[in-house]
Amino acid sequence: MSETAVMLISGTRKGIGRHLAETYAGRGWQVIGCSRKPSDLALPNYRHFCLDVNDEPAVQAMLGEIRKTYGRLDALINNAGIAVLNHALLTPVETARRVFETNVIGAFLLCRESARLMQKRKFGRIVNFSSVAVPLDLEGEAVYAASKAAVETLTRILARELAPLGVTVNAVGPTAVRTDLVAAVPDEKLQALLARQAIPRFGEFADIVNVIDFFLRPESGLITGQVIYLGGV
Amino acid sequence: MEKEEVLALVLEAVEEWNQQAEDEQRLEISPETRLLGRNSKLDSLGLVNLIVLVEEKIADRYGVHLTLADERAMSQERSPFRSVQSLAEYAHLLLTEKK
Repeated sequence: MSETAVMLISGTRKGIGRHLAETYAGRGWQVIGCSRKPSDLALPNYRHFCLDVNDEPAVQAMLGEIRKTYGRLDALINNAGIAVLNHALLTPVETARRVFETNVIGAFLLCRESARLMQKRKFGRIVNFSSVAVPLDLEGEAVYAASKAAVETLTRILARELAPLGVTVNAVGPTAVRTDLVAAVPDEKLQALLARQAIPRFGEFADIVNVIDFFLRPESGLITGQVIYLGGV
Repeated sequence: MEKEEVLALVLEAVEEWNQQAEDEQRLEISPETRLLGRNSKLDSLGLVNLIVLVEEKIADRYGVHLTLADERAMSQERSPFRSVQSLAEYAHLLLTEKK
């Protein structure tokens, strides 16, 4: 079994996921990343899998490979997600399906397969990604926010189901961070969103890392089923 | 693959379970060992764990990811998880269908 702690992060090709992979690999974790397309992140303790997170056989094969190579999984950061900004009346059902497939089914699959491996050592930390779009009921994000609300419920119930296995499950709900995910959002929309926060500024990568660090700490063994939002939402 | 081969895998999974289980949940390594009901030593989480171990062994041996607790298993009058023998038979059935 690997001496080094192993972390799986989904959606590591760009944006927040890539930053997380660099950060935790830099701190000495063995990081496994995945995304639909290849990654150019070249670090000695980083390994990439190309897959769709809602592709069950591919996810099972990846976790099988992690089990055989490292014999352990300490943390899962369920970061992969897609956003859609559109009036409900103009949202194609195919888009709605795609968002749920990635954000909900994908997150569920990774939680399920990861927890199977984590429970062998009676230890694991799962961090899911919600969004301030859930508590703020943002117009134009009906499908996206609904998918993230599902992730929150998943987080709370998995927290109970996985507690006897030594696995905690929490979620971070970032505010808008300047990544590709919000690149297409009109500026006035973003300003209106910021205005509804107690602290009206964009989120930085470091703000998200800080919350994840808290969930990962050994001392956080009694913290589970929680969602922490940024920005005072 | 033969039925006996799958049974041997399930028995291996029971052995592995015994290594991680508390004393009172350790099982006899036998096809007749009960997994469900009053005569079983397993609690519900123990059964989940054992099924996960069996699925893992089958994936490693045959390269096939089975979902043993599928809808058919859940709707059967006599649960396929009642004993080591019936669990092995059900796994064998699913494997045969997948091949």
